[in-house]
Amino acid sequence: MSTTTAMGGARPFEPSTLEHERRAFRRSRKRRSVLVSVASTLVFAGVLALALTSSPGWARVSATFLNPEIAVDALPRILKGLWLNIQVLFFAAIGVAVFGTLLAVARTLKGAVFTPIRLLAAGYTDLFRGVPLLLVLYIVGFGVPGLELTGRMPAQFWGTIALILTYSAYVSEVLRAGIEAVHPSQRLAARSLGLSHAKTLRLVVMPQAVRKVTPALMNDFVSMQKDVGLISVLGAVDAVRAAQLEVAASYNFTPYVVAGILFVLLSWPFIRITDWVTARAQKREQIGGVV
Amino acid sequence: MSLAGGSADAPVLRVEGVVKRFGEHTVLDGIDLTVDRHEVVVLIGASGSGKSTLLKTVNLLEQIDDGRILLGDEDITDPRVDADRVRARIGVVFQHFNLFPHMRVLDNVTLAARQVFRTPRAEAERTGRALLERIGLGEKAREYPDRLSGGQQQRVAIARALATEPELLLLDEITSALDPQLVGEVLDLVGELKASGSTIVMATHEMSFARRVADRVVYLRDGRIIESGPPEQIFDAPEREETREFLSRLREPFA
Repeated sequence: MSTTTAMGGARPFEPSTLEHERRAFRRSRKRRSVLVSVASTLVFAGVLALALTSSPGWARVSATFLNPEIAVDALPRILKGLWLNIQVLFFAAIGVAVFGTLLAVARTLKGAVFTPIRLLAAGYTDLFRGVPLLLVLYIVGFGVPGLELTGRMPAQFWGTIALILTYSAYVSEVLRAGIEAVHPSQRLAARSLGLSHAKTLRLVVMPQAVRKVTPALMNDFVSMQKDVGLISVLGAVDAVRAAQLEVAASYNFTPYVVAGILFVLLSWPFIRITDWVTARAQKREQIGGVV
Repeated sequence: MSLAGGSADAPVLRVEGVVKRFGEHTVLDGIDLTVDRHEVVVLIGASGSGKSTLLKTVNLLEQIDDGRILLGDEDITDPRVDADRVRARIGVVFQHFNLFPHMRVLDNVTLAARQVFRTPRAEAERTGRALLERIGLGEKAREYPDRLSGGQQQRVAIARALATEPELLLLDEITSALDPQLVGEVLDLVGELKASGSTIVMATHEMSFARRVADRVVYLRDGRIIESGPPEQIFDAPEREETREFLSRLREPFA
């Protein structure tokens, strides 16, 4: 830390020459490190750009993948498709949070009475982590409507269901790891206060478990955000499908790149917000240090 | 601190012939112990003598294998009894504090009142703040537990156990995880609780404190009560050879 606050208020804190010398050294070291990292990043980016643009096929590739006119032209329709992705993502995330938590809790239940539930949950996660999402989409999207249990539902509805089924299996395993990482003494303390098993889980274990696995959960969330694009195989016109239609119309691949950039932009704020929230909680609840 | 429930002079706790076994190993071998209202009973004994297990069985955190335990007039070892309701009547403080790190100090203290006794938040917080003021941690109400010193954390844990005015307080080696200079502040608080009339069963290794605060000292060895009596008897004139041996080893650990 380079800033100093006067301790106690009575006498302003004046560091010794030794401390001044140390600070000057730290400052110069910091300046040097920043310069080195900036320079090396620039050199690396420059080499990469040079290698790309001087390649023999660059002119053709940039014309078919990076055509600004086609990008501008395709953008409104891809954005409209992306809005569908966001809606599906919204409902799928809620569904996964609920179903994934239930699965995780089911797997951590103790006692012989719960053995069937535990086995069922374990079987479910084994199955749905093993089956490729694409197959789940086909089976749910084309098979389940054939049962005629519901009226005609749009493709994105079945896509959302398929995403929930698959991602809940992944998320429940992450949450289970979090639940098991909360020290048993926390449960003991909660139960000794008279809290029921359910309340202990909800108020004491789950909040701590979720914190422990937030980065892993975020990983799954971002992964799901991309896989939302797969609902296009059911015929839903999302960003990927919209880009596909544009590509078919213009014989140019730029719309795919546009869709790709949009997906990255979509995930970016979530990642940053989670990092910020996690860091803030850590700073608030724990005593920091230099290392 | 007012103490609710039970008739005026009935014992708060009666432990009758309690047996606890872990596999082939008998941890508690027929324990009989009665604790009267406002009484402070101190359990002493080597590690593994069964002190902690006894406290756990009283709080129903361990299931006993024989005998019975009565809290007031109620047999709490009856499987038909609602264990959560029983635990809510007993306050427990653990060796490692076990505060909830994701909750502020005040929320730790008021959790049971709000969630078990359904006390409105405002009222629970008023009681909680008063309690924190009393233990000298009023200004820490909004802090998170991990930012407090060990002694402060343990005092918060005691406040958490007291917040719902339990009939009985169980203290399980509450100073064993603390630096020597932090032990004093926690023990002072326990002394204060005794003065205000709390009924306490505590396991401890702090013999001088046991002598000062105990109404009765119980020496446990291999899951049996070897000797039980007022501190003067146990520490100055123990009747049993085992007790004498245990205490002399404590006084001269390198002899």
